[in-house]
Amino acid sequence: MNPLPAEKINKTLSNSGLQLAIYESTGRLMEKRRKALASPLAADFETWREQANRIKRHTIENLDHYLEQLEQNLTRNGGKLVWARDATEAADFILNLAKENNAFRIVKSKSMTTEEIDLNERLENHQLEVVETDLGEYIIQLARERPYHIVAPALHKTRYEVADLFTEKLGVEREVVIEKQTMIARARLREKFLSADIGITGANFLIADSGAVVIVENEGNARLSSSAPRIQIAVAGMEKLIPRAQDLATFLKVLGRSATGQPLTVYTSFLSGPRRAGEIDGPEQFYLVLVDNGRTRVLADRDKRQSLYCIRCGACLNHCPVYRKIGGHNYPWVYSGPIGAIISPQFHGVTEDPWLPYASSLCGACGEVCPVKIEIPKILLALREDVTKAKKREGGGGLERLAFRAWAFLMRHPKLFEIAGMAAPALISDGGGRWIRSLPRPLHVGPIARWLSQRDLPPPAERSFRQLWRARRRRS
Amino acid sequence: MTRRVSLFVSCIVDQVFPKVGIAMADVLERLGYEVDFPEAQTCCGQPAFNSGYWDEARQVARHFLDVFDGADCVVVPSGSCTSMITHHFAEIFAEDAAMAQRAHAMEGRVWEFSRFLTDVARAGDVGARFEHTVTYHDSCHALRELKVKSGPRSLLNHVRGLTLKEMDACEECCGFGGTFSVKFDEVSGGMARAKLDSIYRTGAEYVVSLDSSCLMQIQGALSRADSPVRTIHLAEVLASR
Amino acid sequence: MSRDHVLHKVRTALGRSAGQALEPVPEAGIEIPEVFIEARIDQFCEAFEALNGKTYRAASLAEARATVESILAGRTAIASNAPLLTEIGITTLPKVQSGLADRLDLREACSTAGAGITSADYVLADTGTLVMFSSTEEARMISLLPPAHIAVVRRERFLTGLDELLTREPIPSNRSSSMVLITGPSRTADIEQILVRGVHGPGEIHAVVL
Repeated sequence: MNPLPAEKINKTLSNSGLQLAIYESTGRLMEKRRKALASPLAADFETWREQANRIKRHTIENLDHYLEQLEQNLTRNGGKLVWARDATEAADFILNLAKENNAFRIVKSKSMTTEEIDLNERLENHQLEVVETDLGEYIIQLARERPYHIVAPALHKTRYEVADLFTEKLGVEREVVIEKQTMIARARLREKFLSADIGITGANFLIADSGAVVIVENEGNARLSSSAPRIQIAVAGMEKLIPRAQDLATFLKVLGRSATGQPLTVYTSFLSGPRRAGEIDGPEQFYLVLVDNGRTRVLADRDKRQSLYCIRCGACLNHCPVYRKIGGHNYPWVYSGPIGAIISPQFHGVTEDPWLPYASSLCGACGEVCPVKIEIPKILLALREDVTKAKKREGGGGLERLAFRAWAFLMRHPKLFEIAGMAAPALISDGGGRWIRSLPRPLHVGPIARWLSQRDLPPPAERSFRQLWRARRRRS
Repeated sequence: MTRRVSLFVSCIVDQVFPKVGIAMADVLERLGYEVDFPEAQTCCGQPAFNSGYWDEARQVARHFLDVFDGADCVVVPSGSCTSMITHHFAEIFAEDAAMAQRAHAMEGRVWEFSRFLTDVARAGDVGARFEHTVTYHDSCHALRELKVKSGPRSLLNHVRGLTLKEMDACEECCGFGGTFSVKFDEVSGGMARAKLDSIYRTGAEYVVSLDSSCLMQIQGALSRADSPVRTIHLAEVLASR
Repeated sequence: MSRDHVLHKVRTALGRSAGQALEPVPEAGIEIPEVFIEARIDQFCEAFEALNGKTYRAASLAEARATVESILAGRTAIASNAPLLTEIGITTLPKVQSGLADRLDLREACSTAGAGITSADYVLADTGTLVMFSSTEEARMISLLPPAHIAVVRRERFLTGLDELLTREPIPSNRSSSMVLITGPSRTADIEQILVRGVHGPGEIHAVVL
């Protein structure tokens, strides 16, 4: 059971440079989305969301069927589907493949699933060279950090921090112009693409009826990673399936707009196996590593399995007032923001980070923007119930439970409720009706102290509503 | 159509902001409604529900259903309490068919105050005068669960002497979130301060909202910042002459 | 075997048995608007240019050739094996190499060339997108490695959008191991959300409409 990382969170909150970076970048992403949705081309956006939800629901509810169909069709195209129960199996497969093929250098395009299974670390432990090629991922790889955001991994870095990083790790002269920084990365990575033995990509969608992998990007590094090396490996969670290529008509329309405000990202690759006879280039070998790693556990909960509909757009992060303050590194796992808050407890158990489902004011902005209509606030509430139940089973959380029991008792007994209400002004009234800045020592504890650390307390009313009401009745 | 309504003022209005309840009664009576206040009322159970104590929430919800059993029309000066009753009672009673039925029966009879005015009373101008510049805060439950957005603004625009200035972050959460405000006090405070910045940019003298819990969070922060800006519930604005 | 293990876990989680029938599949919601070809071309040009691409219209093969020559402005280029390009005479332009069939030769040439010239299998009007299948005619690298990409496309290839594409090609994998949708020049906003073009793919793209 991990405690709430209060000190770490407060450090983030008091770092004004970081606060500005997070606020501005998420703000820009929100604005881009808003603009895209305001376009006449997106008039049917709500219909597409409904459709996307319906298709995902159907796919997840019939997942076994689609997994088999995917395998059948991918195999027919000359590719191979590798089933990985967990992170170790996925990494072991790749390690063996590399060994068999005398492969050493690996280029990678962005994949949250590979972050989830710590793939880079596992491969590097076996002396393989793994180079991230997405600019944001490249930056955080150099910085030895986890991604800060699902779509924009280096969202927290300013150009000055990138300049320092490049100078330190790449030995280049200090460069603060963003365009020039990008060109430095481009030059370095080009050389890697063209000499790599293996290209590892993620997958945004797995298409069952075509036996294909769809990768969506803006830079071109996924195209290069999947086309230049002899061997391509796509690593994807099994929930990425959609039934038909035609379903892309729904999903591509909501993904780009929700993530970065683009009707389509620059490159959408539809890859279905190694290159075929007659094709001039493309990989000779093609593997899809399909990862479980706990997804079947999430699948087992009827009400919460909708968490698997996620298409990793990042919109919930951008709109979450909590994410916009605490940033991506205060979440316990690689997935941050509202989606991270609902899937981490489902993968790891609610008692791992019991504070996480409570790190939300339940404003509902996340559910409102989710392109596949996951009911995030509803799941957060259900997880909170799971936490209290688990605490009860394990004999912990007694004080809070007792407090709520007492509270519920009071609320069922109106006369007692009224009496308790009359006691409050006697204890903590300022008399002048002014809001209260601080309280004497015995009262200035626990939740009251925490409230007062941020804002003033209202004075309890001298007379409650029911007292005023009775007086009002008497007058008339 | 009955002209009788029952008030569910909510625990926070009863104990901390009673004038909101009185103001709501004043406006309803002005519009010709007979108003009653079932005295056995306390709370809707939301604090326990939000904290994951659903057994306790069910107990309090049952009490609510008992108290308001005979009421045809219940008006509530809170978006979050209303949505607790109309959207979440059925959820917590999902495994109890009899209670679920009672919860469902209650759903169509409970109204958030502004929604009652626009959709049931069909009121535009309620005879109010409030000669100040105000800005409006969209409380989260009212906005996203009850879909209340234009109603309160239209009611405000009918108030004599009132100028409404929209803030750019009107839909952003104020940071209250129940126990969130004390469990994650620093984050909650940060969210409140972001809201304050948006309020200051409008130059408004008052911040209006439908929920006293939001107003408590925002006023608490305004007070701490020694700001002259004050919060006020929509009912109080509409009751003003 | 991991396969059996995983499938078993999936079935148990869902309460489904092996070989159980599929529930009815929801509609894909494909909708193809009615748009005249001229309007499609106009729409494409507007969208393409909004993305910082450049568009040109050519009334004849000769004009197309001249246009490409002026776009190249003396740069070296690799042309794909699309018959259209040969037909137009692009393959005979100075400093333009074509007919490369070896993967590594092609890659070498593409990494030093100033531009890659291709045709396109389809064009999507509403999003300003070029659609390219990998084949004997079109290699992947030509539209990817060089810093500039010039696409010459016949007007008949213009579709209204993604929905129409997926209606024409409901199973894209039947045709090729790779179908790529290109919507503008390569870009990133990974640092401070500031836009930079030409990160890994071409930063400069041109479409010549024939």
